[in-house]
Amino acid sequence: MSDTATNPVNPYLRLERMPSIWCPGCGIGTSVNCFARALTQAKLDLKMTSIVSGIGCTGRVSGYMSLDSFHTTHGRAIPFATGLKLANPDLNVIVYSGEGDLMAIGGNHFIHAARRNMDLLVVCVNNFTYGMTGGQVSPTSPGGATYTTAPFGQFEEPFNLPHLADSCGAVYVSRWTTFHVRQLTKSMREAMTKKGFRFIEVISPCPTLYQRRNKLGDGLDAMKFYKESSVVKNGADTRDLNIGFQTPITVGNFVNRSRPSFIEAQNKRYTEVFGPSYKPYPEGPHGNGANA
Amino acid sequence: MSDNEGTKKPKKVLGTVHVDRDRCKGCAFCIEFCPTHALELDKGFNAKGYHPPVLARPDDCNGCDLCGLYCPDFSIFGVMTKVA
Ligand SMILES: Cc1ncc(C[n+]2csc(CCOP(=O)(O)OP(=O)(O)O)c2C)c(N)n1
Ligand code: SF4
Ligand code: SF4
Ligand code: SF4
Repeated sequence: MSDTATNPVNPYLRLERMPSIWCPGCGIGTSVNCFARALTQAKLDLKMTSIVSGIGCTGRVSGYMSLDSFHTTHGRAIPFATGLKLANPDLNVIVYSGEGDLMAIGGNHFIHAARRNMDLLVVCVNNFTYGMTGGQVSPTSPGGATYTTAPFGQFEEPFNLPHLADSCGAVYVSRWTTFHVRQLTKSMREAMTKKGFRFIEVISPCPTLYQRRNKLGDGLDAMKFYKESSVVKNGADTRDLNIGFQTPITVGNFVNRSRPSFIEAQNKRYTEVFGPSYKPYPEGPHGNGANA
Repeated sequence: MSDNEGTKKPKKVLGTVHVDRDRCKGCAFCIEFCPTHALELDKGFNAKGYHPPVLARPDDCNGCDLCGLYCPDFSIFGVMTKVA
């Protein structure tokens, strides 16, 4: 054993910011391990890769990564990332945030970025609650679970996020839990080298708020639950991916299609209209349809 | 056929782990999901009062680094040391 061995995640972290603020048994850090290994495997040029987060416990990820990081305002990671991408199409732009940030206050941005097929990878850590602010209902909170804002049980219909992403036109859609570290790493790697709007949902423990309030034990209990109760169904119809309170969770890679990205569609249209006088906008790292 | 046929052993991969004890928050993900059950929680505490993992059965570790993939606090990782 040599003392020079380093943790494979270390080169991707701002080590001076460790330890993280995350609670013991929180799953966000586990997803970061998968993300770091996927970055290595996908061989992305790290100098040309940026990570953008909104606000929340998951929103901390951007500030912990030693990439060009942007910690934006609540809900605005996707519009910020869109501007970053369009101003510098050569960048690989990755959004990493919680489901409250991306799907509640940021939900409108999410659906339109997917509809336009903006060239972004969106990693959404879904812990079924607003962690950072104390355990309120989020857009994925399952029916019957209790929250600070739903003390008698949540009764709204939750979003099925892969179905939402699919129906809005995302070209890559998958869902894993933080138990599925190898599969999650592989999906992240695949998604990193594909063009267009790509979406990965990561189901993750929040022992401090969601689980404690609902008497679901600690982080390890959640991980064991994912292990026992997840059903892998690659290619499943995304309409069938609802998650109820402690019901089995269907995981897998569900969508992998191609359609013109925002920039491709713009170039096509303006070339049709203006002919050779139009100079196509650069398409970025996955240009020429190589990975489309 | 050959003389040494009976002595041929399947290749065994050996590995070890590196633990940054003070980063650990004691969640036990590494211990639960180590495929060879090589880890245990230390009886002792780290500076923050958590029990970090120890490699209780070093011969069982194959260096697969699943512990490293699971650890949410980046405090353990596995490496392969040799193929015996
Ligand atoms: C404009 C605005 N509204 C509300 C808040 C308060 N706020 C901070 S984080 C958050 C929700 C976080 O939930 P989620 O995105 O699911 O992340 P988690 O903490 O669970 O990882 C809210 C409502 C804010 N910071 N800014
Ligand atoms: S409050 Fe929940 S989501 Fe936030 S760090 Fe703690 S366990 Fe993780
Ligand atoms: S490297 Fe693999 S075998 Fe060794 S302790 Fe970690 S998980 Fe177990
Ligand atoms: S997974 Fe990491 S934080 Fe959890 S007990 Fe193991 S070393 Fe400690």
